Amino acid sequence: MAQEWPLWEVFVRGQHGMSHRHVGSLHAPDAARAMKNARDVYTRRNEGESLWVVEAQHIVASSPDAKGPMFEPAHDKVYRHPSFYDLPDEAGNL
Amino acid sequence: MSSLFEFLLRQGDNALVLGHRVSEWCGHGPVLEEDIALANTALDLIGQTQLWLELAGEVEGAGRTADDLAYLRDAWDFRNVLMVELPNGENGRDYARTMMRQFLFDAFQVPWLDALSGSSDARVAGIATKSAKETRYHLERSRETVIALGDGTEESHDRMQSALDLLWPYAREVLQVDGVDEDMARDGIAPLPSEMSEAWEAEVHATLGAACLQAPEDPFVHKGGRTGARHTEHLGHMLATMQVLQRSYRGQVW
Repeated sequence: MAQEWPLWEVFVRGQHGMSHRHVGSLHAPDAARAMKNARDVYTRRNEGESLWVVEAQHIVASSPDAKGPMFEPAHDKVYRHPSFYDLPDEAGNL
Repeated sequence: MSSLFEFLLRQGDNALVLGHRVSEWCGHGPVLEEDIALANTALDLIGQTQLWLELAGEVEGAGRTADDLAYLRDAWDFRNVLMVELPNGENGRDYARTMMRQFLFDAFQVPWLDALSGSSDARVAGIATKSAKETRYHLERSRETVIALGDGTEESHDRMQSALDLLWPYAREVLQVDGVDEDMARDGIAPLPSEMSEAWEAEVHATLGAACLQAPEDPFVHKGGRTGARHTEHLGHMLATMQVLQRSYRGQVW
């Protein structure tokens, strides 16, 4: 029998309209307890108004070994950034 | 001593003494998540203490602050029920006893604070309304823990059953009634604590059933804490630790 409770990843939404953001992880025996632990560990200083918890084993992560083919091709494609336009002053901050 | 002052001390002292006991776990919880959750519970209770004792000082009218009442009274002046002053365990760290005590207390406190939210005294109603939300969460957590450990492994079940056997004779002191309670009921400030019996028994027996635990049948109840007639030998030791700073350096502030 495993001695450790499973690991859960915790996501908090700070305010209405924002997206949930990953804030950290914790251990808990089941989903209901993971939610309570997340409340106690990550929202005690008024950080949020909505919580998501997901068992870490259900997250599919990219492999560090695949970093080259996954991400490097984007490095030299500056034209993908919309930074070649002269913005008229009247447009203000977009 | 006025009945209202006495009543307010009972509310404040229950929160203070239990809050301090729970805070003794800080840094020693069985796992990090439980440690932080317990610290949160303790902080909620100390926050409630502040409100109750501040109002008590105001009602007394002798210029005593919440801090004066918390740190400069002796054991015989305390009005908490005996169960909350019992140590967390033989070695000070019995998680079964800590969570069973929390549950037995929360099971009373939830209907009690709900009832106090309708108090004829707006100040009492205000404190109760604020505290009720925190306390409802405490009950969810303590109930869940009692069920998980009671219906857990053979060892966790046996430890929860021992905790229940030890605490059971203390658990119903919160439901006792004396002259102070009758005065409060007459003025519409609070119902009689005994009126919470039905809700308390229902919550406790449903939870113990789900936890595969057996409540002892002996109806004997240890009394004396809430009236101040007698405390256990444990309260003095606890206060010695809790009050040492204010006793040694009177009036020190952060």
